[in-house]
Order: sequence, then structure tokens, then C-alpha cells
Amino acid sequence: MAKEKEMTQVGDSKLLASVKKKSVPYLYLLPTIVLMLLLLIIPICMVIRYSFFDNVIINKNPVFIGLKNYTKLLTDSSFFVAVRNTLFFVCVSVIAHMILGIMYAMLLNTKYVGTKTKALFRVIYALPWMFTASVIAILWKMMMNPNGIINYLLQASNVISTNIEWLGSRNFALISVTLINIWAGYPFYMVSILAGLQGISPDLYEAAEIDGANAVRKFFGITIPQLKPILISLLMLDFVWTIQQFALIWMTTGGGPINATEMVSTFIYKLGFSKYQYAQASAAAVILLIVCSIIAVFYVRHQKERD
Amino acid sequence: MRFKNVLRKSLASLLATGMIVSLIGCGSSSSSEESTSSGQSSAAAVSSSAGSSSSSGDITLEFQQWWGVELPDGALKEICDGFTQQTGIKIELLSNPYADTKTQIAAGAAAGTMADVVGLDGSWVYDFAKQGSIANLTELMKADGYDDSQLSDQIRVDGNTYMIPVVNFAYPMYVNMDLLKSAGISEVPKTWSEFTEACKKVVAANKGVAGWAIPLSTESPSGIQNNFMSWLWASGGSMLKDGKPALTDNADLTATVDFVKGLFDAKVVASGAYSMKEADMVEEFTNGRVAFMTDSLAHLTTIKKEAPNLNFEFMRIPVKDGYSGKSGMDVANWGIGIASNCEHKAEAMKFIEYLMSPEVNAKLAVLANAFPGNSKADPDYSSADPLFVKAYEIFKECYAINEFTGLPTSEELMRQFDEQLQLYIDGDTKSTADMLSTIQNKWLEAFK
Repeated sequence: MAKEKEMTQVGDSKLLASVKKKSVPYLYLLPTIVLMLLLLIIPICMVIRYSFFDNVIINKNPVFIGLKNYTKLLTDSSFFVAVRNTLFFVCVSVIAHMILGIMYAMLLNTKYVGTKTKALFRVIYALPWMFTASVIAILWKMMMNPNGIINYLLQASNVISTNIEWLGSRNFALISVTLINIWAGYPFYMVSILAGLQGISPDLYEAAEIDGANAVRKFFGITIPQLKPILISLLMLDFVWTIQQFALIWMTTGGGPINATEMVSTFIYKLGFSKYQYAQASAAAVILLIVCSIIAVFYVRHQKERD
Repeated sequence: MRFKNVLRKSLASLLATGMIVSLIGCGSSSSSEESTSSGQSSAAAVSSSAGSSSSSGDITLEFQQWWGVELPDGALKEICDGFTQQTGIKIELLSNPYADTKTQIAAGAAAGTMADVVGLDGSWVYDFAKQGSIANLTELMKADGYDDSQLSDQIRVDGNTYMIPVVNFAYPMYVNMDLLKSAGISEVPKTWSEFTEACKKVVAANKGVAGWAIPLSTESPSGIQNNFMSWLWASGGSMLKDGKPALTDNADLTATVDFVKGLFDAKVVASGAYSMKEADMVEEFTNGRVAFMTDSLAHLTTIKKEAPNLNFEFMRIPVKDGYSGKSGMDVANWGIGIASNCEHKAEAMKFIEYLMSPEVNAKLAVLANAFPGNSKADPDYSSADPLFVKAYEIFKECYAINEFTGLPTSEELMRQFDEQLQLYIDGDTKSTADMLSTIQNKWLEAFK
């Protein structure tokens, strides 16, 4: 009896020790989990919940209305203008980021320039990435001012005869903010692709040279296929980040002139903080969340396949 | 070895505890005598401790505002200490930048944790009043027997006062005298036609210079209130009737729209108007690239500091040809209200009455470089800039007006007007009547 009791006690203590050992990693993760719960999961759940009511925050007695907010949004022409502008902004930005990123990464990976020079230019080319959205917006607003440096240089070189209102004209505003976003975002591609380029074995290029491949053939036959996993990851991440871009648009044009640069992000902001339609704003935010989540699922799947 | 293990585990526990404690620290804000928060609305909603506190007869009122940040250091606290000395009621200042204050008040209103007394902008009043977040001051003034005839203005919703303007920032017209001189203009224009002519002459005489500027960025559409409607109000016009939009069949407003469009058609308006913000307009004027601008008196010091050699004056906003009545002058203000959830409304009202008393109000006006909200206050501007005094003289000849205060979603109303004005200026809308009719319909939606 005593021996049985002793064996039970030993068994219990072994179980306890096992539970303790297994719980240690979770304890280390606990602060981050608590943070994510408080600042991410709970707010997301609250916003999703808000989207099903007539109005929240300013309405003390919100009424459940189901999917009416979503129906209203999906039949609102101004929402579709925002979606159209966002698609243009995102697609052009992402493609340009990739092209510029590959270009600069290859420049920085060249064997024709010394290491110190490459290091210096790596810093210079990465500079746009260091600035915050507010600094970038202020900088480019000054440069794109009708009396700013860009118009001055273009006039001085006879490219234009009168000042262009880059951010104040419906014809130029969208392309202008897209240009600013391209400038601000290409270093992320450049740095990631540079790391990828440095991981490509030189033997592949040597073998290709022996087979008579020229630079273009080597680029499309070796470089791009080797970089493909990185490029796909970058494309997906950039898509998600660019589709949520708010600060840059808000601080340069505010979605104007009229709705020339209205994005889904500025549309949501105005719905919530200007029209006080927090429930409708939540619905628009949920639609954006769904789009980003779909891309995120593909991203995670892609990462798992790589592993 | 065993000791090392214990030490390692203890350090790990300490680190984990420290991280958890820092999370709690991040979630709270200091609310000491005078505090500034990071502007996180959720943090403020949590931190803005449920209104006033009282213990053993002592009452402490929380006062949420952005004034402390814009006044000289310690000035607001000194004024509040004066109230404490008189009444024994303590004031706890919660100071944040302007942009954060609205978010924090809205969050506090939703969570029922608003500060007792709140600094308000006129454009917020309607929405907070309808939300039931701010208290009816008419009832409180009546209960206290307060003589409200001394107040220069009261912001009302459905006939009841919810906000009292404490100090006013007027929007006179700035004029660059050197640019006028270069165009051979010896007298400042007094009428719209004189103004248009003056702008044309200035533009013709100076390359790269505009006659007038208006910030029409939809990010912050205050240009409609401060720069566009100023023309209407200066000529005695109104955009409302019985508190509701009256944009159609409004001869004064139609004339104002045509006048402003005329300025754009004459190419005398500073380029980039559709993406220009107030700060950009001030920069254009400071750099001598604009002859006339309507702007807040609050920027006088900044302009003098940035361009000490700029030769500029203040002038009355030109009126519609043939108008001879009194002019309205656009004002923005630091307003004050009481939270609905305040447990000591009578005491909060006493604090407001203190701030609105002629002596204190005058002192606050001088400190803020503003005009007093109490018509009986007599601020001592003797050490103020002579230009400021001149602007005050002009202000005294006008009546203060801002029809956007107390309107529902006033920022959105301005944005809708802004967008339609841009469409009309660009030629997308055929006539002023069509433009105003479209805006009228949009505005009426907000009043439902």
C-alpha cells in the first residue's frame, strides 16, 4: 500500500515536471501573447462586431442590422472610386518597387565596383526607407509645390513651360502620390533582393557563360528563377502594406483633389472621424481585412512550401 | 551548478515580470497636476480616471484641453491655482495637443470617462451634444443665476448652450504692402472689384507672385470656413436660415461663389490651391509670394519671426460692391464645456464662470494673443505687437461669426462644399446654382 502510494506520488511529480517543462516556452511567449491579444485580437474582434450595428461609439444604444453596412458600402460609388484608385496605386507601386529593387540590387552586387563604394551607395540607396511617412510627405510636398524644385528644374530644362500642380491637379495627383510611394518603398526590395543575389552560386553563372549565355539570358535564366521565392514573398508583403497605406496619402493630398487620390484607407478614416459613421467605417475596414487576409494566407502557404 | 540554475530561473522570472509590468505601464498615463499624454485614445480612455474625485469635502475637477500646450509654460496652471485659492476646488490639468484632444474626448465620451471640464472646438459641439456627452450649460447658468449677457457668444444646439467660447482667434486679412507698392497701389482695396483689380495688378507687376491664396486641401477643409465664407460674412451674408442650410436662392452666397470663381478665372489665386493647407498658405505669404491672405491672428508672431523684414499690415476684408453694413469677422475659438458624466456640475460651472470673469478672461486673452470671450473684459495689450492692436481695433468694429460652429459633422460639410467648389471652378459643374443645389442636398442629409 505504502509502495503504491509512493509510486503514485512519483508518477504525479513526473507528470508535474513534464507539464512544467512543456509550459516553459509558453511562459516566455506570454508577454507577447498578452500584447497581441490586447492590441490586436481584441480590437479586431471589436471592429468586426461594430460592423454589424447601425452606429457605435457615438450611439449609446446600437441596433444590430446584420449586413446592411456591407450592402450600403458595396453599392456606394465613392467606395468603388476608392477601390479603383487603391488598385492603381498598389499595382503600379508594387511593380515599380520590384523593377527598381532588382535594378539597384544588381547595381550593388556588381563586381565592377569596389566594396567601399558599394557600401556607401548601399546606405544612400536605402535612405528613403529610413524616413517616416510624415517626413516623406513634407519633403515631397515641398518639392512638388508649384513653386518647388521639381517644376524649377523641369522649366529650366525646357521640359515644361508652366508650373504643374503635381498634388493639386486631378490629372497628376494620383501618379504623384504613387511616385512618392515608389520612392519610399523600393529600398525594402533592394535590400532583400541583394541578400538573395549574394546567395546565388557563382558556379551557375560560370556554367552559363561556358554554354554561351549572354547577360540577358543569364538574368532571365538564372537570376530571376533563383530569386523567385524571395520575389513572391516581397510581392505579397508589399501588396498588403501598400493597400493599407494611409499616412502618406493623408498628409500629401488628403484623398483630394475631390476624390482623385481617395484610397480605401482615407475613405475609412473620413467615414469614421469626419462623418462619425464608425459602424460603416468598421465594415469597410473588415472588407480590407478580408482582402489582406487572403493574401496573407497565400503568403504563409508559400513560406511553408519553401520550408 | 544548482545555484546557477536558481539564479538563471530567477533572472528569467524577473525579466518576464518586468515585461508584464511594462505592459501595464504602457497602458496607463500619468495624470498628475499637469500632464501630457502620448495621444493614444485607448490609453486616454482608460487613464482619464472617471471624472472628478472628492474626498473628505475636497473636490478636484479634471480639465482636458490643448491650451496648456499652446500657452506659455505654467500660465494655465497659475490661472487654475487662482480658482483653487478662491474656492478650494482643485483643478487637475490634462493637456494634450489639439488634434489628440478631440480623439480623447470622443473616446472618453464613449467610455463614460470624460474629464469634468473639456476644452472644445466649435465644430465638435453638435456631435458631442447629440451624443449626450456634454452638459446643457443653459440650465447650469440659470441654476447659478449667471448673467450670460456678458458673453460675446454661446454655441447652441436646439436652443441650449453647450459651449462657451473663452477666447477668440480672429481671421483678419493680411496684406503685403511691398507687393502693393510694386504694383502702384497706394490704398488697400475696400470692395470686391477693387480687390480683383489689385490682385491683377500685383500679378502683372511681379513674376511668380499671386494676388490671393486659399487652402482647399480636403485633408483639412478649413479654407472653406476661414478663407471662403469670410467673404460672405464680411458682407453681412449668411449660409444658414434658422440654423439650417440655406445655400440655394441665396443671392449673397451666389455672388460670393461667382466672385471667388472670378479670382480663379483671372489666374490671381496661388497655384496648388487644391492641395494647399493653411500652413502652406502662410508659408507662401511669409515668403512674399502672395499679396493678400485671410488667416488667423495667431500666426502673427510666427510670420514676424520667420520674415522680420516682411512689410505687412492688417486690413478689413473687402466687402461686396454696394454693401455698407457692419462686417462679420470669422473667428475660431477655445471653447469650454462640461461633461455629462461630471459629478460636480455646479462646481464645474463655477470654474467656467471664473475663466469667463472679465479679469481672468482678459488675462487669458493676452497670454493667448487672442480676443476675450467676455465682452466686458478689457485686455491689456500695451506690450503686444502694434499690428495685433490694429487687428483688435478692426475686430471691435466687426461682429464675431462662424456659422460652422454647432453644425453637425461640420468638417464634413466643409469638405463637401470644398469638393463641389473645385468641380465648379474646374468647369465640371455648369452653374453656381447647380453647385449650391448639390451642396444643399448633401448638407441636408447631415441635418436629418
